[in-house]
Amino acid sequence: MNEQVILEVKDISLSVGPKSILSHCSLTLHKGELKVLIGPSGAGKSTLLQCINVLTQADSGQILLEGREVMTQNAKELCCYRTKVGMIFQDFKLFDHLTAIENVSIALRKVRGMSKEEAKKRAMQELERVNLAEQRELYPAQLSGGQKQRVAFARALAMDPLVLLLDEPTSALDPELVGEVLAVIRDLASGGMTMIMATHQMDFIRAISSEIIFMENGHIVEQGPPESLLGENAQSRTKQFYNSLASV
Amino acid sequence: MHSLSVVIGALPSILSGSLVTLGIVFAALAIGLVLGLFFAILQVYGRSWQRALIHIYIWFFRGFPILVLLFLGYGLFVALSLPVQPFLISCVVLGLTSTAYQSQIFRGAILSLRPGQMKAARALGMKDSQAIRSIIIPQALRLSIPGWSNEYSILLKDSAICFVLGTQDIMARTAFAAARTHEHLALYACAGAIYFVLTLIIVKILAKLEKRLHIPGYTSVSGEAL
Repeated sequence: MNEQVILEVKDISLSVGPKSILSHCSLTLHKGELKVLIGPSGAGKSTLLQCINVLTQADSGQILLEGREVMTQNAKELCCYRTKVGMIFQDFKLFDHLTAIENVSIALRKVRGMSKEEAKKRAMQELERVNLAEQRELYPAQLSGGQKQRVAFARALAMDPLVLLLDEPTSALDPELVGEVLAVIRDLASGGMTMIMATHQMDFIRAISSEIIFMENGHIVEQGPPESLLGENAQSRTKQFYNSLASV
Repeated sequence: MHSLSVVIGALPSILSGSLVTLGIVFAALAIGLVLGLFFAILQVYGRSWQRALIHIYIWFFRGFPILVLLFLGYGLFVALSLPVQPFLISCVVLGLTSTAYQSQIFRGAILSLRPGQMKAARALGMKDSQAIRSIIIPQALRLSIPGWSNEYSILLKDSAICFVLGTQDIMARTAFAAARTHEHLALYACAGAIYFVLTLIIVKILAKLEKRLHIPGYTSVSGEAL
């Protein structure tokens, strides 16, 4: 594996009032890695992802993109940073008043400053990549959950991000639609995209993740490759959690 | 038959007064649209002192009768030695009043958008101002059309009170003709009918606009829950 570090998160902490939501969370993403965040709900997985692209401002900690610290207080630098760190939400968050292709092209126009035609052309490529070329003129309300999430992928990928943050991308989907979204993630992984994903899809994790990060009560409890945390003789907290899910 | 000929005789004057009425109403609506939208955005996304100031503004215009506000406006124009033109004062006072009400229409619309629209825009690297312009406002304005059409019909009829300043609107011209001819019943019925028709036409146009701007399958979140 290529050892080039893309994203480094150091010592992120966040409290709301007296309650600590995240304490001293650190992680490193190398190029082409898919790291998976797991843990019970309320562990802070979503919050950690939101802190990584500063949709939630952490109380303390550092974020380094390609070795350079991101000055999150500087609005301009923050916007520029966010274009390089794509985000996929559990509930898609498509722009409801825009068609699929407009959802993908709007940031290309407003943020990248592309012309209408240029942006449309690029957006079309991204929609083709997720197999939604035919649905380009449909509005979010006319798409299925799986299609919405794939548009969200196209929207994020159009910005050419260095990293994708995925916040339970399949949790809001009907079971039969989960596959089509996982297929997109698998394609991205094999194409070398660097990703960190919060999820409960345990079998999927075993199959394709390079590392598992287990969180509980705002702490990163353990991290390691799936074979060592989930292997036959593993005595890990992750394994316990895995078994408790499997026994349901 | 006498009343009919009086009405016919006064009609040209009353109808030209309706241009003045519409002038005031559209000017006030325009002022209210621009300022109201701005205030609504500050109320939702602004700092706490900005929200507090707007809150005071809204309660001032909500709490004072328009008649009082018109005379206050008149007094203010005199005190500041601005040109004391009844038409201008009426536009400004009704515009500032409508701002208060329209800001609440827009604020409600912004708050009823599906959650996370702003977050998604930020995550793509948009500045807040870009996100508000290209994501929030287009959605909020669509949801505001019904409330806005209501605001138009209220404002149109509120504008009748501007005749106290000497504005030459429908009401003033009717009152003048009535005082001269003593045909109050016929003349005011005619004036009422003109207000009615003006309400009907614009409300219908706005309903058409709402339909045309409708997005397939998309209603506000509250609409979807029903």
